[in-house]
Amino acid sequence: MKDKLIASFMAFENKGSIQTDTEFHKVRSAAMQQFENVGFPTKKVEDWKYTSLKKLLKNDYSLFPQLPKHEIQLAEVDTYFLKGIDSYKIVFVDGVYDSFLSETTHDGMDICLLSSAINKPKYKIMREHFFNKAASKSDGLTALNTAFASEGAYIHIPKNTVLQKPIQIVYFTTDNEKDVLLQPRNLIIVDENSQVQIVERHQSLSNKNVLNNTVTEIFANKRAHIDYYKIQNDQQNASLIDSTFVEQKEQSVVSVSTFSFGGDMTRNTLSFYQKGERINSILNGITMLDNDQHVDNQTNVYHQQPNCESHELYKGIFDGKSTGVFNGKVLVDQIAQKTDAYQQNDNILLTDDATINSKPQLEIFADDVACSHGCTIGQLDQDALFYMRQRGIPEKEAKALLLYAFTNEVVDKIRIPVLKTLITKIISQKLGVELGINI
Amino acid sequence: MLTIQNLHANIGDKEILKGINLTIKAGEVHAIMGPNGSGKTTLSSVIAGREDYEVTEGSIDLDDKDLLELAPEERAHEGVFMSFQYPVAIPGVTVTNFIKTAINAKRKAAGLEDMPAADLLKMIREKAQLLNMDRSFLSRSLNDGFSGGEKKRNEIFQLAMLEPKLAILDETDSGLDIDALKTVANGVNKLKSKDNAVIVITHYQRLLEYIVPDFVHVLSDGKIVKTGGKELALELEEKGYEWVK
Repeated sequence: MKDKLIASFMAFENKGSIQTDTEFHKVRSAAMQQFENVGFPTKKVEDWKYTSLKKLLKNDYSLFPQLPKHEIQLAEVDTYFLKGIDSYKIVFVDGVYDSFLSETTHDGMDICLLSSAINKPKYKIMREHFFNKAASKSDGLTALNTAFASEGAYIHIPKNTVLQKPIQIVYFTTDNEKDVLLQPRNLIIVDENSQVQIVERHQSLSNKNVLNNTVTEIFANKRAHIDYYKIQNDQQNASLIDSTFVEQKEQSVVSVSTFSFGGDMTRNTLSFYQKGERINSILNGITMLDNDQHVDNQTNVYHQQPNCESHELYKGIFDGKSTGVFNGKVLVDQIAQKTDAYQQNDNILLTDDATINSKPQLEIFADDVACSHGCTIGQLDQDALFYMRQRGIPEKEAKALLLYAFTNEVVDKIRIPVLKTLITKIISQKLGVELGINI
Repeated sequence: MLTIQNLHANIGDKEILKGINLTIKAGEVHAIMGPNGSGKTTLSSVIAGREDYEVTEGSIDLDDKDLLELAPEERAHEGVFMSFQYPVAIPGVTVTNFIKTAINAKRKAAGLEDMPAADLLKMIREKAQLLNMDRSFLSRSLNDGFSGGEKKRNEIFQLAMLEPKLAILDETDSGLDIDALKTVANGVNKLKSKDNAVIVITHYQRLLEYIVPDFVHVLSDGKIVKTGGKELALELEEKGYEWVK
């Protein structure tokens, strides 16, 4: 697969929708070179110890986004959008922007496409100061995305703007003829005092194998407030590698919530860089898996300035033969005094065959900090189960209610009510019961 | 109503109940007293169907039903209610939603439709009032951050809502101050009728001043060693458990 990608790069650059202005070409060539050097990660790499890409890379993926064969109708995909709420939408089908399903704007802000931002002269500042500035230069998968990235969401909210509508970024795949590897790339810039809520989703509608290698860069300027939600509830033949990089300036608050319910293999690498004082970084996650599903959550919080906070809470429920990984790093620089870092990872294993590998890592070089972390792995609380059954609630419902309660602490933090309802609905579907409770 | 015959039960290899015989008729209140480790909580758990215990001999019948054949939820549907000594917290599920789920599960087992929301709310209001429960209490997560007294009051609230045939109060007095104790006891007394029965499991005589038993049984080392009227509780209080051993 690596050779095929390298061989395709030049063809891709030539035919791509992006004009190869020299500056951009340099970024991509350097990224390609890096990918050539390091390639795909293997299990020998410490952070990939529990996740293998071997099986996925055997598929013969098509590498170039293509216009979908048939036009997708709203009725087909309506269920994948948030309902009963006004929102902006940036929608891609097979890697190509779908203007019919989208609702973008340039009115006072940019909620649009990365490709247009890359091409137009007026977005020069974006290319010079933001694109690929937060993303890792060393990571092979991120480099691969940088080399091949041609499309994705571009969001720029100018200062003192509180967005009243959330933004939905949705990637559909429909190709029923060949396996597809896509490289979505999102860039989000929120200026001083501005606030925005974003929901990202990847959804396969095809019966072929799909692999999304997606990279998102988020820049939060002073006092900006961003809530970013990722819904990962894909088909069994769809896999996702998500690398998200968040750079924060002083007093900004950014939360990223990752809801992983499905797909074959999902790998989330989420990195926060604190570049100012009094920053708050929030990382929430729910993972609920069954069968042979695999989710690997890698989180990195780089405390690089004093007086900042981070709050991390990941919950996992593993059924069947599913496997999960939680690798949470908190790195506190010497200068980052008065850091307040909290990390918690709680897991429930429902079968003997399910696995979770949980590894909290704290590296602290400052001496005046409050850092706490905890990790639990257990089974359903038998006392609670008996209590509920004693009140007449059948075992299956009682289990479901308990598992719902287990996830509730994270669900409760969702600040978009219709999204909260949607996530609760997905959870109750996964649990196979009507929870019969008013949310 | 309840007939227990020669009941033996183990936890692991250890025999805790060593031949219990007990008959309870509708309309009666029975107190079961005994020192720590005598098997009081085991007895209530075995009646309610806790799976940690293994019944090795004997029978428990509720009217014509063999309880030992039934799952805990089925016993609840037949009318067994146990108030827990340590009720569990279920964050994210409110008191109202929990009781609604429980009531509708019971109705479903009886082939009935869900209780109409208006009826349910009316009933909740009445029973909450009976126990002097604040309305805000009902929208809190079940037992989550509740004080000891609130937990016990919530247990009796559920008892009131579910209207069981047989109510077992396991150490309901523990952790209650005198006012809470009176409220809880008052609630239980108002729910008592000629058609239901109550088993009060307690270490101390205190609760029995407010919920007056028709019979007092003393449990020691897995057996009922003495049975008497309500005066037996006072005698025990005075002389201590050593007296009956």
